Amino acid sequence: MQNVNTNLVYIYDGTLEGFLCCVYESYARHEIPRGIRTEGGQAELFEEPHWITTDLNHSAKVYESIDRKIALEAQDFVKKAFLTCVDNREILMYRFIREGYKCGRRVFDRLTDETVGSITKAVKNLEHEAHQFSGFARFSLFDGIMVSCISPKNMVLPLLADHFADRFRDETFLIYDKTHKMAVVHKPEGTLLTSMEKLVLPPIDNAEKAYRELWKCFRDTVAIEERFNPKCQMNHMPKRYWVDMPEMEQGS
Amino acid sequence: MITAKGNYVLFPCREISAGRPKIMDVMEKLAILTDAAKYDVACTSSGVDRSGKSGSMGSAVASGICHSFAADGRCISLLKVLMTNHCVYDCKYCVNRSSHDTPRTAFTADELADLTINFYRRNFIEGLFLSSAVMKNPDYTTERMIRTIEILRNTYRFNGYIHVKAIPGADEALIRKMGLLADRMSVNIEFPSEMGLEKLAPQKTPEAIIKPMGLIRSGIEENSSDLVVYRHAPKFVPAGQSTQLIIGATPDSDHKILTLSEGLYNRYKLKRVFFSAYNPVVEDPLLPSLLSAPPLLREHRLYQADWLMRFYGFSAGEIVDSKNPNMNLAIDPKCNWALRHLEEFPVEVNRASRERLLRVPGIGVRSAEAIVRARRAGSLDFDGLRKLGVVLKRARYFVTCRGKTDEGVRIEPDAVLRGLLSKNDRKMLPAASGDQLAFTDLPEMASLLGGAPVSAFGYLPEERTAVHAEREYEFGIHI
Repeated sequence: MQNVNTNLVYIYDGTLEGFLCCVYESYARHEIPRGIRTEGGQAELFEEPHWITTDLNHSAKVYESIDRKIALEAQDFVKKAFLTCVDNREILMYRFIREGYKCGRRVFDRLTDETVGSITKAVKNLEHEAHQFSGFARFSLFDGIMVSCISPKNMVLPLLADHFADRFRDETFLIYDKTHKMAVVHKPEGTLLTSMEKLVLPPIDNAEKAYRELWKCFRDTVAIEERFNPKCQMNHMPKRYWVDMPEMEQGS
Repeated sequence: MITAKGNYVLFPCREISAGRPKIMDVMEKLAILTDAAKYDVACTSSGVDRSGKSGSMGSAVASGICHSFAADGRCISLLKVLMTNHCVYDCKYCVNRSSHDTPRTAFTADELADLTINFYRRNFIEGLFLSSAVMKNPDYTTERMIRTIEILRNTYRFNGYIHVKAIPGADEALIRKMGLLADRMSVNIEFPSEMGLEKLAPQKTPEAIIKPMGLIRSGIEENSSDLVVYRHAPKFVPAGQSTQLIIGATPDSDHKILTLSEGLYNRYKLKRVFFSAYNPVVEDPLLPSLLSAPPLLREHRLYQADWLMRFYGFSAGEIVDSKNPNMNLAIDPKCNWALRHLEEFPVEVNRASRERLLRVPGIGVRSAEAIVRARRAGSLDFDGLRKLGVVLKRARYFVTCRGKTDEGVRIEPDAVLRGLLSKNDRKMLPAASGDQLAFTDLPEMASLLGGAPVSAFGYLPEERTAVHAEREYEFGIHI
């Protein structure tokens, strides 16, 4: 018998492992929480908070069970879902995993179900945003080190890190996510994801300026006047991506 | 910068830090050689997945990546420039024709390789699209292009995307050499019929164009058998070949254009056929006047038809035939087909195959896949379809869910018309005809529409690009 406590809210440390421990606790204690949030998150009215401590043995067990009981790709899916910006993603993920335990890989087909539908949409949105940034992110060179700043909605950094670490294997680069205050640092020896409060950059040098000008010249010249269509341009490249593109600085 | 009309404005508006004359020079060349290359529409970086390697820089992603969008709404993925705009030919339609009074220049191989690699490191581009006018002769031009790519591949160890144009008339050995360095190679057919070529590019022959296409095809075929034997044999244009047809410079029909494209996909194994609405760049009695706008809507409809052939299982003959050689511009080709084949509808969403779902107006590849997946978990109703994100605006007239049509669907002429046509489409309707039509009359009306407003060059002057933007989503067209 499940103890259905409609006011129960789990509070965890904000890590994926911590979240997986919430799943573990809920099964161990035979109860279904109403919400799952971090310490700093918005408290709900009449909530009955319960603090979950992160135990790496527990999280590993849950993680392994996702592969075994749902599907191999479900692990990847859950990891990605955790990076999305959908509201209440933890409780959606929790319900998704519960459903998955019951019906296995068929849970992925239940697209008309509210939980499965919204979490699938959220993961697609994350993947799409990561794809967009793989094209729209810009690097500037500072003494041979490539630096990029982005302001994504989802936590796209781990996905972008894979893409750029493969592409620029032998380079040293840093991508700073201003929204989540995280950064990825890549050197030929390896890649590191870290939190970073602030990034202060020196002014760019003349060579950097010159290449930016050349790029602007190319971008402006390649457009065909007779086909001018700023609305179409904006549909494909929404303004929120422009803020971190040096070539868009003067709002051109 | 040169404008499309050929006026030369000495210097593209921006200042540059003093004391860098070299960059200044490159900037000038870049402006000239980009302007001369911009009418080539192909800019995709798709077709090959290649991960990075240590010791080199770059990778390629099969779906392609857009790095920016120009003010005309077209995607920028590759640095698209000419090696040179010096040309020995005098093709009437071309901005680079030898009789055109325009500034001429050429990149050196080093300049262009440096520019490419520096743009690439800043993530401005996926790679290089290198085309050229014919300087001295085809072999000389090709050698110069090869030198550039060799510097990129061998000196800079560049592992990103390279698209090159094969220059018709170049030596076979040179084309092979180029194919082993590039990801995609293309030859522009430009004119759908020989007649157009004869009139407008009298120095080129159809054979000169078809020959390199055949060479590329056989290069790809031989290479794939080599790869079976030697796993590390260098790959010959792994992303395949493409071509471009100019739309609206000659009176060729859509039927001609689409059957030609279909043949190119089937016989020459092309990856893409691109269409380029003719932009009048020169006054000539054989060409549309300088005042005529490029036939953008027709170009857009051709891309939709091309998508139907490549992803939706349609053949060219189902879209247009010799009796109706031109598409109806007022309505997209899939809707048009559906209206002529009402006997195929309605389609039951819970049972129809993926192929049949794809033929429903408004249902794209993504929606069809979502439907097929979701109905495994339980039968679907219209509410379910909406939850899947299927856009029912047009589809609702053609489908049933559990045997029922959607609530509120009135199979009445004005309602159906309103449902099927976008706002822009409706502007094109003859004003009075709206209320005397029955649903079954629609196909006839559709052909009537197709005939009425089309000018000799298949284009309505006031229709610009809004439709282009609006419809892009269903078909996901990235030019």
